[in-house]
Amino acid sequence: MIGLEHYLTVAAALFVIGIFGLFLNRKNIIILLMSIELMLLAVNINLVAFSSFLGDLVGQVFTLFVLTVAAAEAAIGLAILVCFFRNRGTIAVEDVNVMKG
Amino acid sequence: MASDLTLILPEILLAVYAMLALVLAVYTRKDEVASTLLWVTVALFIAMAAWIGLVRDGSAAAFGGMFIDDAFSRFAKVTVLLSAAAVLLISEGYMAKRGILRFEYPVLVVLAVVGMMMMVSSGDLIALYMGLELQSLALYVIAALRRDSVKSTEAGLKYFVLGALSSGLLLYGASLVYGYSGTTLFSGIITTAKSGEGSIGLLFGLVFLMAGFGFKVSAVPFHMWTPDVYEGAPAPVTAFFATAPKVAAMALFARVMHDAFGGVVKDWQQIVALLSVCSMFLGAVAAIGQTNIKRLMAFSSIAHMGYALMGLAAGTAFGVQAMLIYMAIYVTMNVGTFAFILMMQRDGQVITDIGALNNYASYQPGRAMAMLVLMFSLAGVPPMLGFFGKLYVLRAAYDAGLVWLAIAGVIASVIGAYYYLRIVYYMYFGDTDGDRLDDSRSRVLSGVLMASAVVMVIGIANMFGIEGAAASAAAELVQ
Repeated sequence: MIGLEHYLTVAAALFVIGIFGLFLNRKNIIILLMSIELMLLAVNINLVAFSSFLGDLVGQVFTLFVLTVAAAEAAIGLAILVCFFRNRGTIAVEDVNVMKG
Repeated sequence: MASDLTLILPEILLAVYAMLALVLAVYTRKDEVASTLLWVTVALFIAMAAWIGLVRDGSAAAFGGMFIDDAFSRFAKVTVLLSAAAVLLISEGYMAKRGILRFEYPVLVVLAVVGMMMMVSSGDLIALYMGLELQSLALYVIAALRRDSVKSTEAGLKYFVLGALSSGLLLYGASLVYGYSGTTLFSGIITTAKSGEGSIGLLFGLVFLMAGFGFKVSAVPFHMWTPDVYEGAPAPVTAFFATAPKVAAMALFARVMHDAFGGVVKDWQQIVALLSVCSMFLGAVAAIGQTNIKRLMAFSSIAHMGYALMGLAAGTAFGVQAMLIYMAIYVTMNVGTFAFILMMQRDGQVITDIGALNNYASYQPGRAMAMLVLMFSLAGVPPMLGFFGKLYVLRAAYDAGLVWLAIAGVIASVIGAYYYLRIVYYMYFGDTDGDRLDDSRSRVLSGVLMASAVVMVIGIANMFGIEGAAASAAAELVQ
């Protein structure tokens, strides 16, 4: 029997993979965008699982909002990335270094 | 239903205005209307602030508790609207001169402000998330406003990636809080939190939420985006980042901590205190080596967020009052300082190196004096208003028993005074040789700079009555 904890474990694993993808990735900014998407989807699994186990619809409504915002976020991220590529000619993570902070 | 719409009317009007302005500008002459649009937006913001601050009153919840209109949200909204109006005001000349005054800029600022107003009024995790994202998405775009500049697009990219990460953390926290309390409403979460059911899951959710807020207010250790974004974004945009979004994020932080987790102050007090002390010290120490004034202001804002968080860490109504007063003073000081930064140029080129201020007082005594007042106020030197802001938060922390935090605050403030005073030193006692900065003829910029400096001096008489407003705001939030 698959219980709530299984869903939560999967979601937590995906979330952590997303965070690691963000920090360990040294190659490509597109991979950063994918990692962010993965984190948001992990949250969605969490929300749907809780919603189903609590018998409460609010979690699924929340999921729909998150999906919509994630789409908008990806669009804006790609737009900024295109502008950056035009100026810099590269999308390698190690080349995002004009300012060192 | 009708009364719900009445409560949310300011937000609806601003959102409709933003969309109409966008359509209007696209179908007419695009960037030629940008300047008009900007002035109309400034007027609208000021009118909205007057309406919200002077006419509207009472405390009510709309849409089943998702949207809260009370004195606390109104205080934050008025501060946000006025600071956004002031920043738009000082942006116009600078941006028009450099050809980056696009009509999207005022529209995006309006959308960001609508997001901030949603944030400070949210009574529910979904409303919180939607407001936060509306604000953040607009801010990512305006960070990269100068599309042909490597620095500006890099700032936008860095802000986007780290901002999206923080939204993800916050959302993960929200999902855990929802799962372990069974509701997304703050009023429901506080009931569960007080009863102690599902406390480990709830605590996890709380920590993730706080990490997300930490990013948004740029508290250490979630501050790493701040210096790069401040440096890379065009200066007026940096001025915007340093003011309105900080107020909104700090108000949201206080809202969630007190409305949703008010019964379990002990659970989050230590975390906020840690964020506060780290921010104060890192802000004070890391700014010492900076020569770029925008980076310096980034570290300065990190340190100031530390002081505001000290008020929140107190966990009392007085603490929230101190935090609100501190944020209002901080915003006023920053608007004036950024008006000065926008004036810094030589032969029409933007200068951000503080070494260029050498001997500034000899040829611009009035502005140098105003900047001296602002720097003293930022550092917290006694006769200025900034000192009273610090005094409030220190007293709040002391009253709440966080004596060590108050002492750390004083020490960090002494360290931080060094780099503010260094700017004053350059202006008054710097080398006399070297080129002068241009004499900016912008009346708006010098007017805002002088007004901000004057407020820092005469505000000590009665603080323009914001004490009382902040006290009633805090009393409604903390029960």
